[in-house]
Amino acid sequence: MTIDFMGKRHLALIFSGVVLVGSVVALVVQGVNRGLDFTGGALIEVSFDEAVEPAAVRNVLNEAGYSNAVVQNFGSETDILIRVPPNNVAVGTGSQSTLGDQIRAELESGVGSAEIRRSEFVGPAVGEELTEDGGLALLAALGMIMVYIMIRFTGKFALGAVAALIHDVIITIGAFALFQWTFNLPELAALLAVIGYSLNDTIVVSDRIRENFRSTRRGTPSEIINYSLNQTLGRTLVTSLTTLLVLTALLLAGGEQIAGFARALTIGVVIGTYSSIYVAATTLLILQLSRQDLAVPEKEPADNVP
Amino acid sequence: MADNGVFGQNLFGNRNNTKNPHHYSVWRYFVALFVLVLACIYAAPNLYPPDYALQIQADNSDLRIGASFMAGAATILADEGIRVKASNATGKGGLIRLGSDVDQLRAQSILDERLNPPGRDRQFVIALNLAQTTPAWLQDLGAQPMTLGLDLSGGIHFVLEVDMESAIAKAVADEAEKATNYLRQENIRYRASGNMVQGNLVRIAFATETTRDEALRRMRSTNEYDSIVASESQGSPAIEIGISDDMLATIEDVAIEQNLTGLRSRINELGVAEPLVQRLGRSRIVIDLPGVQDSSEAKRLLDKFATLEFRLVAKPDDRPSSLEVMPYEGRDRRLQRANIVTGDSVINANQGLDPETGLPQVNIELDSDGGERMNRATGPNIGHSMAIIFIEQKPVIAREVINGEMVEKRSIREERRLISVATIQAALGYRFRITGLSMSEARDLALLLRAGALAAPMYIVEERTVGASLGEENIERGVRAVVIGFVLVLLFMLFYYKVFGLVANIALTMNLTVLVAVMSLLGATLTLPGIAGIVLTVGMAVDANVLIFSRIREELAQSAPSIAIQAGYGRAFLTILDANITTLLVALILLSIGSGPVAGFAVTLSIGILTSMFTAIFVSRGIVHLVYGRRQVQQVWI
Repeated sequence: MTIDFMGKRHLALIFSGVVLVGSVVALVVQGVNRGLDFTGGALIEVSFDEAVEPAAVRNVLNEAGYSNAVVQNFGSETDILIRVPPNNVAVGTGSQSTLGDQIRAELESGVGSAEIRRSEFVGPAVGEELTEDGGLALLAALGMIMVYIMIRFTGKFALGAVAALIHDVIITIGAFALFQWTFNLPELAALLAVIGYSLNDTIVVSDRIRENFRSTRRGTPSEIINYSLNQTLGRTLVTSLTTLLVLTALLLAGGEQIAGFARALTIGVVIGTYSSIYVAATTLLILQLSRQDLAVPEKEPADNVP
Repeated sequence: MADNGVFGQNLFGNRNNTKNPHHYSVWRYFVALFVLVLACIYAAPNLYPPDYALQIQADNSDLRIGASFMAGAATILADEGIRVKASNATGKGGLIRLGSDVDQLRAQSILDERLNPPGRDRQFVIALNLAQTTPAWLQDLGAQPMTLGLDLSGGIHFVLEVDMESAIAKAVADEAEKATNYLRQENIRYRASGNMVQGNLVRIAFATETTRDEALRRMRSTNEYDSIVASESQGSPAIEIGISDDMLATIEDVAIEQNLTGLRSRINELGVAEPLVQRLGRSRIVIDLPGVQDSSEAKRLLDKFATLEFRLVAKPDDRPSSLEVMPYEGRDRRLQRANIVTGDSVINANQGLDPETGLPQVNIELDSDGGERMNRATGPNIGHSMAIIFIEQKPVIAREVINGEMVEKRSIREERRLISVATIQAALGYRFRITGLSMSEARDLALLLRAGALAAPMYIVEERTVGASLGEENIERGVRAVVIGFVLVLLFMLFYYKVFGLVANIALTMNLTVLVAVMSLLGATLTLPGIAGIVLTVGMAVDANVLIFSRIREELAQSAPSIAIQAGYGRAFLTILDANITTLLVALILLSIGSGPVAGFAVTLSIGILTSMFTAIFVSRGIVHLVYGRRQVQQVWI
């Protein structure tokens, strides 16, 4: 059975376009919900002996002057996550690094005995630097990959691969913006891993396309690409499936702290699988990949050998 | 496709090999077997859960912790009903292994009480620790379990920013003092002024150009100044001493180094089993304190700075401009502005109790220079009074919104307090004691004087505390995720690829073993994202095998099984290489930006990629050859 992937490429193009525009709109309108690592501020994870309403904790914190604190359940009913933005009025003076201790004291007296499971403070300057470094890392990753593929394949493949990667990254971040999931350092790591993963897929497909362009004399570029996609489909699906299997395990068993990471990767793997079939290959067609692009360079005849 | 197989030919043997299509070198089996054995040995220590332990260290170099001391400590605990698994001296200190974390905490407070009597200087530091239980024969082979990151072991992580501006300002002021000292010593008259330091420049004015030129000539001849030129200051001839960029860099390095040293000795005082204190980038210092739970105790020591100033109380003939007024016991005292000595001259300080009054005191020992100055100042002033000023500095970060933008304002809050005014009974020397402090102040002062001054103030810019219970939970969850993911993948591969699935599963199992072994050998730190990296590696590591197997399936349609297997491995290789190198590039970029947990992920991912390539090429191929290579295969279960 052969699936006519390329025949449906216009449909895929529309689909990708819509999702991309949606992601960009979400990014512009809502923006990414940057976490503590990037914004700076404080975060405290507290475990109470009994189930606690976030509202009760919020009231106590409000009275203590942390009016901007975000309070939510974290993983279970007894666990509460508190996020205090760096510009909270109450901490305008004094060293914010003692915030964890202050909040613990407020909660102990206002809500009930609490165990601080985790307390983090990141200065705004550190967060800003990390945002910058993170963006640079993404760009550096894309740049280096483009160069590598240009050397190993050709410029057209490099453009195809990078188009697929940008597509995946934008859609994954877009999903985070849309659902307002917190984006922290582990999620950035996941994003880079998505780049690695999606690239892996794209290279396998590109490799086969190159091979078939060189070995097959008949058929239009569209047909050859279609044939190549069909050949690699089994592998693409199996690898995506095993990766999704372990990610599911991570989502279900890994706990709340790693959930965002697993979520980003899951979305990335699904999108990456799709993009290696459609985005990278379609880009090759748009760029009019031809046999000449992939001709094996003739060996230079040896110079006059004495 | 001829060009495609260059690599493949080298590693897999020539697939057009006319001599023997099933040719496969024996050395590859040996490599695989050898690595497998090594991997099992070096991964093994991770199977032994560590013991809860206490680490005892002497605070004072005169004290020795020997076998009999440790036996005594064990008896103390046994008497209190705590089961001691083992107790031994380790050369530098001692280690007591206990059964549970509850016992560990109780034992710590019992030993602390018994070994460190109240009111005296602390003799022993008793730190919580996790002691590895790796069997001796494995340890002899150099096998160690993986180090756990703070997110798994629990503990505190600090990042401190060293205030370089004030370090530089201090260095420039020192430079000015050095220059004027030299001029005075050489009897060259310069115009004393309060603002010689202007930015990174020192300007010294002279009355005439002749004096200025003389000063310039002599100072140049000392070769101690990077850049020294003639200039002008408010109409007078002057010299200008500049600080070069090289020197600025040196000043920064020295400031960081000095602060690192100061921090290390302060952290020693805290009693942390395996602290990490190191420089991070240009102006930051990172501190990891595994096992520490109380951040306020740690913070109290990190960014605080306390010192002393010793001065004479004003004498009747002192000029008013050279005096300063400070309150003491409800009334104002007039003191000379000039210090006799400061905390910088202190080489040792101990907290103790005054034997007569029972009040806390600090015994102080000065260096030779300080001792001499103290002697010269007190000798002629017997019968007069000396004052001691206690100075405590704490960095403060305040935030203000200026023009809609958040601005961090850093400042040093300095508290100066006159703690003692006493009549000088006799000329003082190198050793003396001071009183007038509370118990905790005396303890802090002794500690901070002993630990040495910090070259520049520091601010905490990042702080993360992970509770011990959360750390344990993270390990538990992580391991569960690895196991579930691993089993799911094993089942899937077996179901989908049958015999070859089994081969892939063996390769995958080995991959996991090699990964853990390599991480243990490299001393890599395992973090929660690192565990996620392992899980991800499990999912992605099958990729190489899947690539090969799909290729074999395709080739089976055209060729005989043995040739299909050969071709499958050969053709898939370059693809595997390309795909993995790019992922490796990404992992390396990740390593360069992330520190801590995220770096852990990048490390695991990188090692995982390498090990999965190794196992796909050597292990799975070897097994397939072992099964199918030597005979004419009619059917392949794939």
